[in-house]
Amino acid sequence: MKNKVRLHIWGDYACFTRPEMKVERVSYDVITPSAARGILSAIHWKPAINWVIDKIYVLKPIQFESIRRNELGGKLPASKVSGAMKRKSVEGLYTIIEEDRQQRAATVLKNVAYVIEAHIVMTDKAGEGDNLTKHLEMFKRRAMKGQCFQQPCMGVREFPAEFAFIDEGEALPQCLLAENDRQRDLGWMLHDIDFQHKNTPHFFRAKMQDGSITVPPFMGEEVVS
Amino acid sequence: MTIQNRYEFVYFFDVTNGNPNGDPDAGNLPRMDPETSKGLVTDVCLKRKIRNFIELCYENEPGYEIYVKEKSVLNLQNKRAYEALSIKPEAKKLPKDEAKAREITAWMCKNFFDVRSFGAVMTTEVNSGQVRGPVQFAFAQSIDPIVPVELSITRMAVTNEKDLEKERTMGRKAIVPYGLYRVHGFISAKLAEKTGFSDDDLQKLWQALQLMFEHDHSAARGEMVARKLVVFKHQDALGNQSAHKLFERVTVERVNGDTAMPAQSFDDYRISVNTDGLTGVTVEELI
Repeated sequence: MKNKVRLHIWGDYACFTRPEMKVERVSYDVITPSAARGILSAIHWKPAINWVIDKIYVLKPIQFESIRRNELGGKLPASKVSGAMKRKSVEGLYTIIEEDRQQRAATVLKNVAYVIEAHIVMTDKAGEGDNLTKHLEMFKRRAMKGQCFQQPCMGVREFPAEFAFIDEGEALPQCLLAENDRQRDLGWMLHDIDFQHKNTPHFFRAKMQDGSITVPPFMGEEVVS
Repeated sequence: MTIQNRYEFVYFFDVTNGNPNGDPDAGNLPRMDPETSKGLVTDVCLKRKIRNFIELCYENEPGYEIYVKEKSVLNLQNKRAYEALSIKPEAKKLPKDEAKAREITAWMCKNFFDVRSFGAVMTTEVNSGQVRGPVQFAFAQSIDPIVPVELSITRMAVTNEKDLEKERTMGRKAIVPYGLYRVHGFISAKLAEKTGFSDDDLQKLWQALQLMFEHDHSAARGEMVARKLVVFKHQDALGNQSAHKLFERVTVERVNGDTAMPAQSFDDYRISVNTDGLTGVTVEELI
């Protein structure tokens, strides 16, 4: 069995937030390798493996829409919780939305569909019973049955992602991108975050060629952090 | 015991002469998809109502505290007094070791219904201070395009003394004459395992979906009613079917097939659930 999976994903909305515009969220034009990895991991993942994204096919025209919502400004401090734990009482441990409200706009993608092409690498946490075939088969079985650890999402959880497994030899779904939209320089895009090295973000120059984006290796030359 | 099955649900609610969810970008007009003119209600709007309902009904039950509160449903004065007496702010920022962080997260999950179901972000730096809840809502969308109506209203009083000779002020109110909304939800058994979301919590969630609009009446909302709640229960914790295939089984039609006229009430719609040939998934219509 070849170490390669292809997953068709689609959804009504998506928000792959640009790190430089995260207060009033603005989405990238397409899904990032990092978000794609998250989607695969929502279906199957073990510490023994890592998903590596090879290619992203963009199937639908890139369209945006703006949504403004009332959001909470602050985060819950751990000290407040440990204080309450010591007191053995939850009294006073709450946050009032009206007092810490932020109205934020999000510029999100509409009506998206992609194909993610990826493979598995084994990590040093792999035990004796772990091998590529086992994990590929597990993923395939789950994806075909519509099973998942949790419903994958398009960047944020309010935008669920539907998925379907594309088997070997099966044709890719039709690309609905206009002919002249299939070549596009998407600029610098987040590749993924290096969790081993203090959560350093890595970026790559995303270029759409004939409707697909080839993702360079995470540690490759094209990737800068 | 945490839930052992994956669930999906389709939830319908409608609004009559009210504004289900105002858009801050559009002067509080009802939210709309600009392309299709279909009405939207955000996920957070519905989660807010669930929180309010749980707080209202289970305020004194241990484990059903609500972390993100709204003033209107809060007996603030009591709690403020308590807070003044007993909160000792700590200088330390964050537990360094992961075990401690996990303990904090677990404690929050145990005590707070909203943390256990929807998750919460607690602090930074340590990743385990972040809880991803099992219950996930998508945006609610109306079945047909909505036509918001803006009404001008008058008030026979003024706020400022300098406006005294005006005698009255005017305001605006935007309503949707009628709209039936549909929303999809997901509940992951595997994430429930991590936060301790139990069968009892699930029952309370269903109850909230059934009754939450009954406790959320206001001048702006008009009449909002929960109309249907279709629950898909998978035998397997990971699920037995694709979510989208289950959602496709719930269809909505206009009773007389006439879509040229806007719908005026729930009677104009027929919701049907196709349960043929479902394996590994049971369907329950709670409303």
